[in-house]
Amino acid sequence: MGFDIDKWYLQKMQGEVIVRYMGEICSEKITETLNAIESSLNLKNEKNQTRKKVYNVFVECIQNLFHHVDTPPATANVEASPRFGVIILAKDSYFYRISTGNYVNLSKVNLIRDRIDQINSLSDEELKSLYRDILGNEVISYKGGAGLGMLDIVRKTGNKLEYSIYPHDDDFVFFAMDVYIS
Amino acid sequence: METIIREGSPKTPYVRLDSEKGLIEIKGRSIPENSVEFYKPLIDWLDKYGTGPLEVTNVNVQLEYFNTSSSKCILDIFKKLELIYKKGSKVQINWYYEEDDEDMFEAGEDYQSIINIPFTMIEMEE
Repeated sequence: MGFDIDKWYLQKMQGEVIVRYMGEICSEKITETLNAIESSLNLKNEKNQTRKKVYNVFVECIQNLFHHVDTPPATANVEASPRFGVIILAKDSYFYRISTGNYVNLSKVNLIRDRIDQINSLSDEELKSLYRDILGNEVISYKGGAGLGMLDIVRKTGNKLEYSIYPHDDDFVFFAMDVYIS
Repeated sequence: METIIREGSPKTPYVRLDSEKGLIEIKGRSIPENSVEFYKPLIDWLDKYGTGPLEVTNVNVQLEYFNTSSSKCILDIFKKLELIYKKGSKVQINWYYEEDDEDMFEAGEDYQSIINIPFTMIEMEE
């Protein structure tokens, strides 16, 4: 029966939910969710530094979805949009959490897993030096991403990326990621 | 050469490229999904400016937020300025950051480590 996205979504709604979105990740929707974050009272009451960090990391998370998500399989119980993704920003007592989810073609899973595991294995100094190396040397990808998004998230939050891969059908998995900002 | 002025928007910064004053300013936020589309005309302008720059070019960058896709484009701007500097004109980059904004300070340090132009970090009080 595949992955139960509604159950997963409900589980991610713990804490005070500031923004939640499930559907097509397009430019207009990104603008809307960013506006919602800016008008959130929770964040307005935060220190400038925390507010900026949450906003910045959220931008990277949602634009990461925008640039990279696959069209969901017909077997998924979601709207058939070429850029389907889920993003939730919630506050739990001591930290902010950004949870994202999207369907990924099986052929790409190892690549994503390896990339995240590699980033998670780096020390702060190694992260900085890899970031500078990619910034200074690589060209921008045809999708418009700079290959720096995940690195930037880990550098800014100082926390490892937590992810889960749920089987869906023969060709797709559901990829879920949690980013914590303390 | 024409002066380019772009008003800021929720996703793109205020930009002023002024060949008469030798002044380049980028302020606000830079978080467009397609940053190349936004920055390409600015980089083309710098190419043209580089053929006959003023003796001194001042560059003020004061960003509140920028995404990683813009970070590449901002580097491209600095690389064009580096060419001008290497040809013998004076170029001064001023990188502004709010006093408690470590991330923006570190971003300035990242550029400083890649680009060989006089680079001043300027802390602003909130």
